[in-house]
Amino acid sequence: MVGGLTLLLALLLLAATLVGAYPISLADLAAALGRRLTGAPPQGQVDTVLFDIRLPRMAAAVLVGAALATAGAAYQTLFRNPLVSPDILGVSTGAGLGAVLGIFLSLPVALIQLSAFAAGLATVGLVYAIASLVRGREPILVLVLAGIVVGALAGAAISLLKIMADPYDQLPAIVFWLLGSLSSVRKGEIWAAAPLVLLGLVPLIALRWRINVLSLGDEEAKALGVEAGRLRIVVIAAATLMTAAVVAVSGVIGWVGLVIPHIARMAVGPSFDRLLPTAMLLGGSYLLLVDTLARTMARIEVPIGILTAIIGAPFFLWLLAKGREGWS
Amino acid sequence: MTHAAAAQAPEAPVLAAHRLGFGYGARTVGRDVDLHVRAGEVVCLLGPNGSGKTTLFKTMLGLLPAQAGEVRLAGTPMRSLQRADIARRVAYVPQAQAAHFPFRVLDMVVMGRTAHLGLFAAPTREDRRKALAALETLGIGALADTEYTRISGGQRQLVLVARALAQDAPAIVMDEPTASLDFGNQVVVLSEVRRLAAQGLAVLLSTHDPDHAFSIAARVALLDGGRLVAQGAPADVLTAERLRAVYGVSVVIERLPQGQTVCAPEYGKR
Repeated sequence: MVGGLTLLLALLLLAATLVGAYPISLADLAAALGRRLTGAPPQGQVDTVLFDIRLPRMAAAVLVGAALATAGAAYQTLFRNPLVSPDILGVSTGAGLGAVLGIFLSLPVALIQLSAFAAGLATVGLVYAIASLVRGREPILVLVLAGIVVGALAGAAISLLKIMADPYDQLPAIVFWLLGSLSSVRKGEIWAAAPLVLLGLVPLIALRWRINVLSLGDEEAKALGVEAGRLRIVVIAAATLMTAAVVAVSGVIGWVGLVIPHIARMAVGPSFDRLLPTAMLLGGSYLLLVDTLARTMARIEVPIGILTAIIGAPFFLWLLAKGREGWS
Repeated sequence: MTHAAAAQAPEAPVLAAHRLGFGYGARTVGRDVDLHVRAGEVVCLLGPNGSGKTTLFKTMLGLLPAQAGEVRLAGTPMRSLQRADIARRVAYVPQAQAAHFPFRVLDMVVMGRTAHLGLFAAPTREDRRKALAALETLGIGALADTEYTRISGGQRQLVLVARALAQDAPAIVMDEPTASLDFGNQVVVLSEVRRLAAQGLAVLLSTHDPDHAFSIAARVALLDGGRLVAQGAPADVLTAERLRAVYGVSVVIERLPQGQTVCAPEYGKR
């Protein structure tokens, strides 16, 4: 499965490199890559389009898709619920508030992204702190409820800022950010987000088997020798870090973290050690495909968050109607 | 101490509660419980609903902190052990519930190997072999590739027993392993329990049926209101008077010519 998905991703990468507003032929691609590898000076528009615009954007799509799908798979396993998305503890809503605040204060782009990242982490930290204060109840339930409450508050704050924002300058920027887009991602931003995604990914891979056991519930996991409470903190921190890092770059792109882990589970079963690589590769491929559609389908670019919803929602309904495969 | 007495001096029990107090948070459910299980022994815990059986078990497994007294595993205080150390010494068979995710039966059983794996390790081929062997011991090796969500309640309970066997611990604690099973499956599960104990495992299980205690237990402990009201051989503990005192119903206890002892309630009589 992993081999097949890697091949799929490779083919999609090749196809996405060639198509676009400025089509590149295979020969042009080979020549441009040759120039880059031999250190020859860049020539003409092909190199600019390829290395400065198209490839960074493709890398962003793969990175964002892989990170959201992996975080979604981790959250779904942790919360023992296939309907959970990476936003369950409010990371995207919190990041959205951070970005909106940054736009409202007319901060430079880098600071807006930093604000989104920090607010995403802070929101989940707050949710976790609130949940820790409530003792003697099912910890998972308390976490989810705290996430809903804090997420709703952050949503209200976003609405307030929208009303107060300048309607000609700031409001469109806010709306555009909240819809999610990869069109303005720069190389530097990818280099900033990628290590953070990796930092979240490593513990998830290293602890993959224990995370699996944790999906049986705290009590059974403990009886099987797993430190459930500590492991949960690690998983939440790792998945939140990955999500916040990519949301800060791309804005809120919904549905990927919900639908992709689902499809992955249908393909390889619920075992997290198999689910993780499958969801990661599938998520990267999916968002690359959708983003390539977003920039080639119409004369004006369709925000990718709208496309993932248009594709994701009916697909999810189809999954529901098709039956129970993938969950109990 | 004479030589004979030294030879008889028993080793520390595999699992033991000493003056154990237990409960949730500040709420006390039970106290002063002395209970132990030795290798090769089945000990049955009986008690009415709400008497604290499950809370006692969770405390003896280290899932809840002891409020008083202590739990010892082969003489070692549980308090001094890491989670994985405890899991290598005592396995837990919870009541089989509907699973959240459709794990394959073999995947479910392999999870029993977790306490033997390094922090970052995944099960090896050897672990899978041991898991399959545990399934085969219970005669359900054919289910290995079936989804856990698609098998019957009795089969699920057996899978959880197999997982406990794969855990390779000298003691197993079972919380009402027969609670949701049909008549036939109850007999299947209890027969397996008796066979496992005969092979040297220490088994502590709770049940609502005195007949189960009569048929497989070396000793019975009767829990009422969080305290042990009696402990000993089934025939000594489970008398008609005591069952009436604890459960408030009249029973007839009869030894059948075939050798079994049965407990028959007298319906409508108190």
